[in-house]
Amino acid sequence: MHVTLFLSLLIFGSTGGEIAITRGMKATGEPERLRPKEMLQFLGRALCNGWFWAGVPLMALSFYALLVLLSWEPISFVIPASALSYVVGTLGAKYILGEDVSAARWAGVVLVCVGVALVALG
Amino acid sequence: MATEGRLRIKTLVMVCMMVVCANAGDLMLKRAMLQIGAVELSASGLAHAFRMTVTSGTLWVGIFFLCGFMLSYMTVLSWANYSYVMPAGAFGYALLTFFAVVFLHEAVSPRRWVGVVLICVGVLLVGQTKPRTTAVTREALA
Repeated sequence: MHVTLFLSLLIFGSTGGEIAITRGMKATGEPERLRPKEMLQFLGRALCNGWFWAGVPLMALSFYALLVLLSWEPISFVIPASALSYVVGTLGAKYILGEDVSAARWAGVVLVCVGVALVALG
Repeated sequence: MATEGRLRIKTLVMVCMMVVCANAGDLMLKRAMLQIGAVELSASGLAHAFRMTVTSGTLWVGIFFLCGFMLSYMTVLSWANYSYVMPAGAFGYALLTFFAVVFLHEAVSPRRWVGVVLICVGVLLVGQTKPRTTAVTREALA
């Protein structure tokens, strides 16, 4: 029960955090050029965005959940199980961020998800 | 068409930077913690570990790379889809396995190789889709 709860916190925390940061970065807009001056201005704009700061604690929460899970369960269970975040993240991208996820992208995401699980199982 | 090609190239360059910085950062942190040794869970042990970590040059190099990862991640998300960047970033798992074999001469199980192949095929599939499918927001244009 506790494992399921913390695994959910890990998956939904990391996905929620990354989705919030994505929304923040989209609102920030891309840097005009990839040069130091423009990158510093870009970073300044990003750090003033509320969505960015909404994402940071969610990611911290998921990191804490990962540490707790690693203290209870073997890494060969935790990392493959957390690979589900690729699927949850893609669902979030489609329904929350409104991204168009094609069949090819879905197939790629599922292959990556299974691949990460297999690599982690060793 | 040229704009889309340019978008694809700069996205792939930034994803490569993300993967390289994340892997280099993790490897440096691992090396630093090996130099410092196992952390004792007592007040004096934690204080000692803290002193050792803040004075470790290797650890700061690791943090520098992880900052590079965060900056390239934020930058690429400012124009590319999250559903494109997230799976493409998983290429790091495959890269780490190649590094482990080539530089550390580690033995890799057939199951792990199957995983690496699946990740590479998955990343290739995602890489062929459009990096951006959403419009640039008004707020970003303002």
